[in-house]
Amino acid sequence: MHLVYPAVLAALLFCVGIYGVLARRNAILVLMSVELMLAAVSLNLVAFDVWLRDEVHTGQVFTLFLIALAAAEIGVGLAIVLLVHRNRATSAVDQLRALADRDEEEPEGAASRETTTT
Amino acid sequence: MNTTTAAVLVPLLPALAAAVILLTGRRAPGFVQPLAVLPTLAAVALAVLVAVRQRGEEPLLAATELAPTGNETLPIELALRLDGFAVLVAVLVAVVAGCVQLYSTGYLRGDARYPSYAALVSLFTSAMLLVVYTDDLVVLLVGWEVMGVCSYFLVGHYWETAAARSASLKAFLVTKLGDVPFLIGILALASDAGSFRISEIVARLSSSLSGFELAHPTLVALLLLAGVAGKSAQVPLHTWLPDAMAGPTPVSALIHAATMVAAGVYFVARLLPVFAASAAALVVLAAMAALTMVGSALAALAQDDVKRVLAYSTIGQLGFMAGALAVVDREAAIFHLLTHGAFKALLFLAAGVLIQTAGTGSLAAMSRMRDLRRRAPDAFWAMTVGLLALAAIPPFAGFFSKEAVIGAAEHAALDNAHGASSSLAAPAAAGWVVLVAGLATALLTAAYAARLWLLAFHDPVRARTESVPPGERASGAMTGVLWLLMVPSLLLGLAYGELPEWFDGGSLAPTLTTSVLATGAAVLGGTAAYAAWRRAYESGVAEDPAPALLGPLRPHAEAGFHADALYAAAVVRPVRAAAGLVRFLDRAVIDTYVRGAAGAPGLLGTLARRAQTGNVQTYLSALVAGALVLGVAAVLVAVGD
Amino acid sequence: MTEREILTTSGQEIVFVLVGLVVLGAAVLCVTTRQLVHAALWLVVALGGLAVEYLLLTAEFVAWVQVLIYLGSVVVLLLFGLMLTRAPIGPSPDVDSGNRRVALAVALASAATLVTLVVDAFRTTWIDLETPHGESAALGDSLFRAWVLPFEALSVLLLAALVGAIALSRARADRADGQADERGAR
Repeated sequence: MHLVYPAVLAALLFCVGIYGVLARRNAILVLMSVELMLAAVSLNLVAFDVWLRDEVHTGQVFTLFLIALAAAEIGVGLAIVLLVHRNRATSAVDQLRALADRDEEEPEGAASRETTTT
Repeated sequence: MNTTTAAVLVPLLPALAAAVILLTGRRAPGFVQPLAVLPTLAAVALAVLVAVRQRGEEPLLAATELAPTGNETLPIELALRLDGFAVLVAVLVAVVAGCVQLYSTGYLRGDARYPSYAALVSLFTSAMLLVVYTDDLVVLLVGWEVMGVCSYFLVGHYWETAAARSASLKAFLVTKLGDVPFLIGILALASDAGSFRISEIVARLSSSLSGFELAHPTLVALLLLAGVAGKSAQVPLHTWLPDAMAGPTPVSALIHAATMVAAGVYFVARLLPVFAASAAALVVLAAMAALTMVGSALAALAQDDVKRVLAYSTIGQLGFMAGALAVVDREAAIFHLLTHGAFKALLFLAAGVLIQTAGTGSLAAMSRMRDLRRRAPDAFWAMTVGLLALAAIPPFAGFFSKEAVIGAAEHAALDNAHGASSSLAAPAAAGWVVLVAGLATALLTAAYAARLWLLAFHDPVRARTESVPPGERASGAMTGVLWLLMVPSLLLGLAYGELPEWFDGGSLAPTLTTSVLATGAAVLGGTAAYAAWRRAYESGVAEDPAPALLGPLRPHAEAGFHADALYAAAVVRPVRAAAGLVRFLDRAVIDTYVRGAAGAPGLLGTLARRAQTGNVQTYLSALVAGALVLGVAAVLVAVGD
Repeated sequence: MTEREILTTSGQEIVFVLVGLVVLGAAVLCVTTRQLVHAALWLVVALGGLAVEYLLLTAEFVAWVQVLIYLGSVVVLLLFGLMLTRAPIGPSPDVDSGNRRVALAVALASAATLVTLVVDAFRTTWIDLETPHGESAALGDSLFRAWVLPFEALSVLLLAALVGAIALSRARADRADGQADERGAR
């Protein structure tokens, strides 16, 4: 099989993931897009492992590790998203702007409320 | 005790006292008074001892090398020269300083800064004694400058008032203006004469065998004269002295009577052969002295403040001394320095008591007060004696010394074969200038002394209405010092027969012609002042005789002949304009760079702040886009190879 | 490797491309749909298609692990997350942030760059699929021989992630309990 097919598929899938991470508002959808990117990398790993016929199956073993890592990442990420949702009643990433640069004359109430509730 | 040891201790004791007071004065204020008074009194005793031992003796020289100068033949030495002038002037300085220290314990009782004041007065005294005793020009310069600094601090003692601050600055700057040419003059003289030792320079110049001559006598003498004019308040550098009245009265007494202003005259007396080597310098000195004498006497006649009258009279009497030096008679100059030190200290200290009693220094205000004479009897008697001495009425001290000066001038004017220092001839022109100016000043001096006395005390029909404000009475220490100082003011003049024992031998006795002339002028001046005062007093409107005596000249005289305005126009305003220009350049030009250096990063920072939105997705977009650009660049570079 | 024409296609390749199109389409729908739950379901389709691709690449063990873990647990976790954050059922209007245009531009630029590069680099490369490379026995052999240490490290990492997730979830409850205790004490 031509190596270009899996490689191009992985590249496109990765870019779709980039788009999702950058464009989605809901934090869980962002996590899904991250999964897409990870999956694209996995596909690359598998394809190149098969092509190179590696003795110790480095690529496929890495894919397995990657899947485990993705599970861990989803677990911690969801815990964070749930915590943020509980504290702020939102899971929209573009509203979490506590680190934004503010002018002094702006009321500090919003920022201080955010810091106290975390 | 060895005479040299005693002489070394004289300036050393006040200096040590000053150091100890400065170190401990804040923690142990109780010890300040004894620490201030006792070393000074010990210095008095030692100075008297030295003077008595040196009577009629050869000058005593002692030296130890202080610092090399890189030139083997020109070392700087800590040298003493105890000749008659030095020991007598040292006695005067020590006595006046002791009186001032005693008086200050009463005058500045309760003053929070008394410790530093006492320390500075001690240091001042020590510096002056150093100047008096030393034989080395550089050591003399050290004492000279220490005095300048001390006078700055002491005149500015009441630094809370703007007048004291500006007066102290003025005193410092004006004397420094003279000190710069003075320093150059000292270096020029030393390199010309090949020594920093005064005695060696004088010996080389006086010796007719060696035929030694200075390369530029007039230049050196004029440079030195600039410093002398600054220190001794001669025209045109006299303007600081009347303003220095902003300091405490005992400081004025110290500065005027014995230390600061006397240093200039004493210095010229010491180095008289250098000045005598140049006839031009002597004529300049005579003209300066004459101008100072007459101008300051006229200004004194118009002043309202007691201390300013006395300040101008000091300038005038210093002019007398300078005149004596201009006719190459240093015995007369030092004689007048001694008597003037005594009666001017008396006058100032009495004025201090008077001002404390009356609550004001204004003569116009005093002339409305009843019973000032009875409220301050000590001040009254002290003022009377001091003013009679100042007016040179026989047999007070001022008469004899002034006679000596005028007699010397007459000798110089009429015949050049003056007995005492025949090797040093004075030009006849200088003699005439000093003689005429001296007689005119004698007249004016008597007039303003009479005016001062009449305005302050004389009230024959008890027509004055205001009463003396209730206030603190002068303490025993203050009045005791007044009575003590009255003795030399009365009797020192009678020592004219004794003093030549210490000097080179010339007679100081008054001669008949000049005595009659000068006394006549003084009586005339006093009578004119009395007549003018009498007319003003009887008119009942004003008592001041000055308008009648001076006529249209009065406003100019009151303003000190506009010397300050002249300085303002010639020096102060250009300097301020230059400062304004510098400020403009600093603000408008240099600050623009600074502001630009701050503004450009500020602008960039504002732009960078825009990117700080807090939105993670924006950051990530920028990150990925940047990584992409870098990747593409890397690929393009790789392909380009 | 025998000489072949570039455009010679085998059955495997055709299937791979078709399934790849399905995966790509599902992924695009996943990141563009307005319904949150649908997005999760499209993710299932994409990941499942990817498992098929693994099978086509003869990596059977990885394929089954993908199905088991991704489809079985990760997606279920995501769905739980959606439910717990009260995600609305049905289309929601504000599912994309204002960053969409920038995201599209960045994604298209990356896609263009990557595809260009990959095609340029691997134009003449073929994978030999005659002998399978990735059956369970061989993979398990190398996993527990060559890779046993990273494997164990990974288990520690999973444990840490587990503890972290629990700690994150419990931190709030603890504080609430504390406050409740204080209130009770009053």
